[in-house]
Amino acid sequence: MDRLPKWADVALVPLISLLLAAFFSAMVLLAIGQSPVEAFNVMVDGALGSAYGWGYTLYYATSFMFTGLAVTVAFHAGLFNIGGEGQAQIGGLGVALVCLALPWPHWTLALLAASLGAAAFGAAWAAIPAYLQAKRGSHIVITTIMFNYIAAAVIVYLLVDVLRPAGQMDPATARFPEGAKLPSLSDIPGLRELFLRVDSSGMPILGADGLQTYQNVPANVTLLIALAACYVVWLLLWRTRLGYQIRAFGKSEAAAKYAGINPVRITMITMLISGGLAGLMSINNVMGEAERLLQNSSEGAGFIGIAVALMGRNHPLGVFLAAILFGFLYQGGAELGLWTSIPIELRIVVQGLVILFTGALDQMVRMLLRWAFSFRTARVA
Amino acid sequence: MVSGNDMGRQATAALPDAGAPLAIELRGISKAFGPVQANKDISIQVKRGSIHGIIGENGAGKSTLMSILYGFYKADAGEILIGGKLTAIPDSQSAIRAGIGMVFQHFKLVQNFTVLENVILGAEDGGLLRPSLAKARRVLADLSREYGLDVNPDALIEDLSVGHQQRVEILKALYRQADILILDEPTGVLTPAEADHLFRILKGLKDQGKTIILITHKLREIMEITDTVSVMRRGQMTATVKTAETSPEQLAELMVGRKVLLQVEKRAATPGKVVLEVENLSVRDENKVERLKGVSLTIRAGEILGIAGVAGNGQSELLEVLGGIARGTGTIRLNGVELDLTGKHSDGQSRRAQGIAHVPEDRQHLGMIMDFAAWENVAFGYHHAPEYQKNALFMDNDALRADTEKKMARFDVRPPNPLLAAKNFSGGNQQKIIVAREIERNPDLLLIGQPTRGVDIGAIEFIHKQIVALRDAGKAILLVSVELDEIMSLSDRIAVMFDGQIMGIRDPATTDERDLGLMMAGVAGKAA
Repeated sequence: MDRLPKWADVALVPLISLLLAAFFSAMVLLAIGQSPVEAFNVMVDGALGSAYGWGYTLYYATSFMFTGLAVTVAFHAGLFNIGGEGQAQIGGLGVALVCLALPWPHWTLALLAASLGAAAFGAAWAAIPAYLQAKRGSHIVITTIMFNYIAAAVIVYLLVDVLRPAGQMDPATARFPEGAKLPSLSDIPGLRELFLRVDSSGMPILGADGLQTYQNVPANVTLLIALAACYVVWLLLWRTRLGYQIRAFGKSEAAAKYAGINPVRITMITMLISGGLAGLMSINNVMGEAERLLQNSSEGAGFIGIAVALMGRNHPLGVFLAAILFGFLYQGGAELGLWTSIPIELRIVVQGLVILFTGALDQMVRMLLRWAFSFRTARVA
Repeated sequence: MVSGNDMGRQATAALPDAGAPLAIELRGISKAFGPVQANKDISIQVKRGSIHGIIGENGAGKSTLMSILYGFYKADAGEILIGGKLTAIPDSQSAIRAGIGMVFQHFKLVQNFTVLENVILGAEDGGLLRPSLAKARRVLADLSREYGLDVNPDALIEDLSVGHQQRVEILKALYRQADILILDEPTGVLTPAEADHLFRILKGLKDQGKTIILITHKLREIMEITDTVSVMRRGQMTATVKTAETSPEQLAELMVGRKVLLQVEKRAATPGKVVLEVENLSVRDENKVERLKGVSLTIRAGEILGIAGVAGNGQSELLEVLGGIARGTGTIRLNGVELDLTGKHSDGQSRRAQGIAHVPEDRQHLGMIMDFAAWENVAFGYHHAPEYQKNALFMDNDALRADTEKKMARFDVRPPNPLLAAKNFSGGNQQKIIVAREIERNPDLLLIGQPTRGVDIGAIEFIHKQIVALRDAGKAILLVSVELDEIMSLSDRIAVMFDGQIMGIRDPATTDERDLGLMMAGVAGKAA
């Protein structure tokens, strides 16, 4: 009956959830005899304090934006795509095949072709569970989870038996040709100033040819594609007829049928888009960072995407913000392991708490707030 | 009476015969949900051994009031007196102890339990069932004798008709020694004959000294059976009057707050060429059960064909197959062109393109997306319409909003805000949005199911006028309703459905409720 004001729903609920997660993380740290203040400082410093840390935070955030958008699009059609992990890995296969196919003359061409490859492979991997859901009623949550395992197994087989160059020991493809190397954000005019080297006093270091930047910052040009994807997904969902049909179908399948919206068609198209977005993530990690296809290339980003979408309220702008937060947690957490005696596993605990509070216990916060607001409205009335 | 802060209303609220014992007295009951005042300073007195009606539009606060009386909600202010004693009712157990029994609109029965098992459910005497069942069997036999409430105690609920299930609900209340029986819209699911039987039972209960509170929106029932009636409007009790001293017109005016036309004004139909021809149409549901069994009918231009029948006798399936939601076998011709019943062109989009508009029976589940804004719902089903497209990719949301504003003005939708989510409109205004969307497409055939279910009286009048206007514009209309009054007053011809078949077709001028009621119960054959 009582509703929350929109600003409280959009801003206050996630903020309180985050504070709760931070509080409980601090409790865990105290319980294992560590200082939460120190941990917080190390995380902030490691993830945001330097151009190097920034570069990693944005790199992770890029991946999470794609997987978060993938979950978001499916969610609006009432489909819970847990298969981002597998779709991203198979997308990585698409990237590898494209990049290794030609001695690419320029990275722009390679990027265009690899994007198509990544999206097509990711979409194809999502198409099978989508078909099973649409035509045979096999629940998409179950099938997409199973397809994650199948994807991992397929990749291992291909890396070990098919794609591994003769004589190479580790299960990976050959390194991609030089022409397929994506520019890092620190190479891009206009953005490179974000990644300046600074001395201990915080002043930029001057080199022979002007200001010096970090080389090979992992955040790469894919971030720009991710930002564009956020905008395109927003357009798709709220400005196009297809998005209208997706949202209507997601709200009520019976009503969609009344309106003549074909359930099979919408399920298929939505999952193709969702899988394509998850696949696109591999541009960032496979092409932009590793420059070859490795096992488990997605490193859990597919699952983080679920949390990102949940926290971002399934809105592209929210996904963007949540992806940066999770990028921060990922990078900051890694720094914890490097610079403190806090075990690196703790970052998983912190992420788990953030997911728990922003995702699973979100309704609890909402309920408490609604209760608090009902007092306020009662007094006004 | 008590605390006289509103003398005008108090005066009308108090009219018991001096000295007559009161079964229930409510004094100044108020209840708010957030900013919404659902009940505001309500006072009623109900005499023992009387039938008291409570009438009001949807959202007037009837159900809230009864929920307070039954312990589901706690009133913010006010007192409840049962038999003259101040009584607190914090939960439904206390209500039962105080002698209040409730028969809900949607029965609360366990389908695969027997009547006896349902009756003792929650009122078992101990850990072992056998003694309770034996006792219940004796009590039930007595009750049946006393009140004419015949039900086989060993029958499973799922095997009983709706009318019999309702009797079980009444028996449940009586078994718990209820002296005051509250019935919430009891006739919504009954045939006219079953409703008559229910009224006979209620009169019997009254003669035995029971007190009955009847909540309904049907004026006819109020006039037929109640002794006194209270009218609610917007959370307030606007009047309490003796039924013998009032009229349906006066009650309707009290409910709505203005004069209302109860009878639909229409001139005689001038049917033109045949628009819809249905031959031997059959539909099976997901479980392969045949729900529509070889139905044939025709509708001409400028004619309203009303389908009467108790809910669940194939009317929904008929609408769904015509509207492109369900698939079927047989032949449907629209303006002489045969429609696709199973293939690619059997969906809602194809039907709309062929000139069929559909106001579905279940407006909240089929007709709109409740979370969508009004303007998004105006495009629902017509999202391919060229005037709503900006270009090949994008929809023209501005044009849609402008169109919604126009429709809202023409159909008097309140509040006229295209950005408001559908769920925040009242039932009547939701229905106006749907009717506006469908009628303004100027269809050759309008399918309209339960046009006024959950719709307030003021909106009913408006929607009926729109339907008649569409007929007078030379369109064919298929009207499905479980409200016999609505069928009788709107239709030019009436077809009665029972068990997936058409039992007969009647002229509303020459038929009556008894005749239709018999066919609705499957009695009269097709010979007529």
